[in-house]
Amino acid sequence: MHALALLAAGVTVTGAIMVITRRVAVHAVLYLVVTLLALSVVLVLLGASFAAMLEVIIYAGAIMVLFVFVIMMLNLGQPDSQREKEWLHPRAWLGPGILATIVCTELLYCATPLSGPVRLPLPITVHDVGLSLFSRYVLMVELVSFLLLAGLVTAFHIGRHREGGH
Amino acid sequence: MPAFSFNDTLVLAAIMFSVGLAGVLVRRNMVFMLMSLDIMLNAAALVFVAAGTRWHDAAGQVMFVLILALAAVETAVGLAIILRLHAHGRPTLDADTGNLPEG
Repeated sequence: MHALALLAAGVTVTGAIMVITRRVAVHAVLYLVVTLLALSVVLVLLGASFAAMLEVIIYAGAIMVLFVFVIMMLNLGQPDSQREKEWLHPRAWLGPGILATIVCTELLYCATPLSGPVRLPLPITVHDVGLSLFSRYVLMVELVSFLLLAGLVTAFHIGRHREGGH
Repeated sequence: MPAFSFNDTLVLAAIMFSVGLAGVLVRRNMVFMLMSLDIMLNAAALVFVAAGTRWHDAAGQVMFVLILALAAVETAVGLAIILRLHAHGRPTLDADTGNLPEG
């Protein structure tokens, strides 16, 4: 195994273990973001750069924002300044910061043209994925659109504020 | 040899899936259970991408996109349920107290 692969896999597993052992939900979200970034490095090393981009943009960018939003709404009981002081403590961001630095160093190392012989497998480009997605698997895309619509309606229905009822 | 062999990826995905499963089984806070579910879904998606690389087929990444949509729906609905329960005045997010009358 290449050292880059070993580092990325190690950061992924470490982040995942830290996610399930944290007490504070925001710390766990930070570790989960780092886990997803490291996993996207793993996907790049597997030659699936399109999947890696989707992982960063949709997972680490959109779904994690949902988590942060809900956690912020759930913690309304405490006074703001006390919570912010707790979140800015190095205990909260030092671990995810170190793991993210490792991932970022790997990225910079791979981006320089003088980097070592990292032989990637034959990449599957977004062209191949798009052709396959909208020709052979177009029915599954439609089914996923139904699933997304159902999820949208469900989330709206559950989250709707009903006046005075249960 | 490439950076990741197929076996290495399978081992990594198995470890990640085990960690996520342990999280679902051990943690009782519903937010943490959702995060563990996301880790498990990521492990499954990693296996699909690795298989797509191994046999050089784009179907693996097609499945990855579908799993991504599934994860988005699952997270949105789960978080909506959590918000709903919290708005009802539940004092805790413990998943085991859902059947209590005041829960």
